[in-house]
Parts: sequence; C-alpha cells; structure tokens
Amino acid sequence: MSLSERDRDLHAFLYFSGEAALGSGPLQGLTVALKDNLCVKDWPTTAGSRILENFLPPYTATVVERLRAAGARLLGKTNMDEFAMGSSTENSAYGVTRNPWDRERVPGGSSGGSAAAVAAGLCDLALGSDTGGSIRQPAAFCGITGLKPTYGRVSRYGLIAYGSSLDQIGPLAYTAEDCARLLQVIAGPDPLDSTCFQEECPDFSAQMKVECRGLRLGWDPLLVKDLPVEMRKAFEAGLQVYLELGATLVEVSLPHLEYSLPAYYLIATAEASSNLARYDGVRYGHRAQGAKDVSSMMSKTRSEGFGAEVKRRIMLGTYALSSGYYDAYYAQAQKMRTLLRQDFEEVFGQVDAFALPTTPAPAFKIGEKSADPLAMYLSDVYTVVANLTGLPALSHPGGFVEGLPVGFQLMAPAWQEGRLLQMAHHFQQRTSFHEKRPQGARPAEV
Amino acid sequence: MSELTTEQVAHVAKLARLDLSETETEGFRKDLSSIVGYIERLRQVDTSQVPATLGVQPHSNVLREDVARASLGADGVLANAPHRESNAFQIPRILEEA
Repeated sequence: MSLSERDRDLHAFLYFSGEAALGSGPLQGLTVALKDNLCVKDWPTTAGSRILENFLPPYTATVVERLRAAGARLLGKTNMDEFAMGSSTENSAYGVTRNPWDRERVPGGSSGGSAAAVAAGLCDLALGSDTGGSIRQPAAFCGITGLKPTYGRVSRYGLIAYGSSLDQIGPLAYTAEDCARLLQVIAGPDPLDSTCFQEECPDFSAQMKVECRGLRLGWDPLLVKDLPVEMRKAFEAGLQVYLELGATLVEVSLPHLEYSLPAYYLIATAEASSNLARYDGVRYGHRAQGAKDVSSMMSKTRSEGFGAEVKRRIMLGTYALSSGYYDAYYAQAQKMRTLLRQDFEEVFGQVDAFALPTTPAPAFKIGEKSADPLAMYLSDVYTVVANLTGLPALSHPGGFVEGLPVGFQLMAPAWQEGRLLQMAHHFQQRTSFHEKRPQGARPAEV
Repeated sequence: MSELTTEQVAHVAKLARLDLSETETEGFRKDLSSIVGYIERLRQVDTSQVPATLGVQPHSNVLREDVARASLGADGVLANAPHRESNAFQIPRILEEA
C-alpha cells in the first residue's frame, strides 16, 4: 500500500514528495516528515492556510538542507493548525488530522500531522515547531517523544514565523534516542539566522547515555493538585520511575506559573499580529480580486485568506499592542516573562531538571473545544512556560489514561537538551510505554 | 469582566486590515471579551519594579561578514507574485488620476 493510501483515514500529510534520499550520513535509511511551515524549494508550503494555497518557496529551510545532507528521505509535508495557531490541528484550512489511537480524537497541535505520522508508523521521524507546546502536546496526545530545544539552538531560516521570540523547530519520534539523532543533525549555528546560538552542539547521543543516578529532579505539588486523579497518578508514577533510576525528587515552587498562560497569549498574539502583516496579497500568496484600491485589496485578501482562529489571534494581538492598552497588557506580559525566568533561575539553583505533566488531560474529541477558544487555550497550561523562558523541554510517553497516551514533561536549564534526552532515554530503558503502538500502525517503509 | 464594545472591535479590525462581517464582529467581540477577561489576572501582580523581557537569547546583533553571495534574482523573487509587470509587483492604483 502506498504512503498516501495508508494516510487516507488519518490525513497526517498535506503533500507527498516522492523524493528519494539525496545524501548519505547519520540519517541514512530513515524517513522524515516535515511540518508544513518549513519551506522547501518548489514544494507546496501552506502553513495550513488558504492564503498560501499556491505558494512555492523559492528557497529551502536550513534544517531541511541538513536533513538531506544527512541522508534522510523526506516524505513530504504534514498537516498543522493554520500558521501553527492551535492545539488540535482542527484549525487547518485543509481538513482535520485524526489521532491514530482513536480516530474520533484530535492528534493535538499545532504539529498534529507530524505527531500522527510518527505514531502511525508512516515515517520514522518528523520535524515540528513549538511556539507554546506545539511539539510536546501532540507528542503527548500521540504517545511519542517530542523535544522543544532551547531558544536559539536550531536555525529558523525557512520557518514560517508565528511568534518570533518563542518559535523553535524540534524533533518528534517514538524514542528519545531517535530525537537525539535528529536534533544532532538539525541543531547548531547558521549564518542565515541571527537568533541562532553561535556555539557548536555537544554530542547529544553521548550525553544521553550517562546514568541518571544522583540527578536532582524538581516538581511542584501545587501544579498537579487539581489534576484529574488518573492524570495525577500517571504523573506520580513517572516520578517514581525517576526515583528508581537513582534521581532524587525535590519539591520546588514556581509562584508565577499560573500567569504563564495569559502572558503567553498576549506575547504570542502580539508577535503574530506583526509577523502576519506580511500577508497582504502583494508579493506572494492569495490576492483578492476586484478591489479598487490597494488598501481594500489588502484587507479583502486577508479576510478571504485567513481562517477564524488566525483572525482572532491577530485581533487579540493588535488590541494588546494598540494605544491605551499596551502598558496594561503587552508590557505587563513582558514583565511577567521576567518573573517566570527568575522563578526558573531559582529552581535550577536547587535541581538539575524540572518535571511536570505535558497536558491536563489526554487527547480530546474532534469538535469538543472548537467552539470555545479560551477552553482550547487552557489546554496549553503546562507547555507555554518553556517558550516564554526559552528553556528546553521534552515530552515523553508517560502512561495511558482511559486507553489514551499521556505525556510526562521535563524542563532543564538553557542548552541542556542532553540532560532531557538522557533522562527520557533511561526512562524508556525501564518502561515500555514508548513501545506501544496504536492499532494498525506498522514500521515505516523505506 | 472587560466587555469590549462593537466600536472597539471594528477599530482593531481596521488596524489589522481585516474586513469583518457583522456576525464576525459580534463573535470576536464575545471571544475577545472572554479572553481579555481571563488575561486581566496578570494585573494582580505588582510589577512596578520588574524589568521587561523582550527576548531570551543571550546574544544580540549577531553579524556575519559582509560578503557578496548569490541571491534569488528578480525572477526568483517574483515567481510567486499574484500580479507582475516586467520586474515589478503590480498592485491596484494608489493615487487618483489628476
């Protein structure tokens, strides 16, 4: 059966490249799927939006060049919430993606297509992007591992921008070991991205193998006290595994975490309202017909091309930046960002890593939250803080609740992706959650 | 609860270059009121002595050597143009004829 036939009822992919492996290197023999906000020269690249329906990028993202050079076979582009704005992939202009574990449920978002493709065995590895949880939350909902690297670790040249002080590209795979291999290839300095960290990367696979004995793992009991009992049990069972691996558990406190979500939704939407100003129908993408002057051409183009959630976030961001509200909302959110960074400086003075759930619940049903934007935003409560602080964070399979996979999330100090991979890898040596497969999944065909 | 008015929503839509129908305006008025109501909780925290964080990277203004290198060229840049005239993007009229 062809890849497109195998994908038919999931709809994880938006485009199949038919491309063979072009290089040879550490990813030889492996198949990789790319989120559709990564530009590949002459491949349709829509970011899930009608406004980019016929867009063919004239250049290729740095991460994609590196994957090709490493011998990976690039299968195509995966579905996503429009411009990465969403937590369910329901905001794609090209239809919903289904969760391989339960076809009535969402795969999470915004990298839902990438997570579903890995979970269903349609590819070995995938790239996603994470602005407020968009790698980790779908990884959790689909029972796989996903890593948001430290802000600046991976070049964003060729990534379609959403929130520029938050966005990072990162790997999704069943195991931490595979995430380490993929991260090694895509990470490191890039002269084409001035926000990219200038120092060379450590050997993540070597760091991954170091024993966990003696590591101090922090957690905040207040964060989980209101969780549904099954979710809390899964989280506590995860902590227990780390205890058995020789880590010490330390109770710490993050007094400002409850403010991370409102701060995130102000900063992300403010940045989005600015980033998405470029879609004006002049240089590329959709242009509305029949407008008499340039100003009405632009507003008509944007009104036709953007979906409801993108419009909602542009509106919120424009409001937060507008005269009379800037100090009360946007500036206040930036100050909250400072307090959150200070909270984590304090925490990482006491511990080596911090554990928290990835989501408050397993995957929800398709349509369940689509009528209530705020309820959808609240599902990101545990993930946005890593983006606001720039810190690396990883979600690995952490058990099953009501037959659905749930994630266990780890955060570490800046540039310590190796520690996250190390912990997740040893967790996976001791547990089998990452070996479970949804019905009908098979190994990827090469 | 911070209810937004229809006029406020219309003003923001104009700033954002979005044409909204009446139904959309009312929908966004309700949504934004509820989201802004939730966001209001940020103001509970005294931040008068807290500096703002604009970005999280440890470096700024990273520059590379100013060396000429190959670029897209006019055809590459214009390949996705919705309307093109010779080497330019064509747009509707900006100025009225005299």
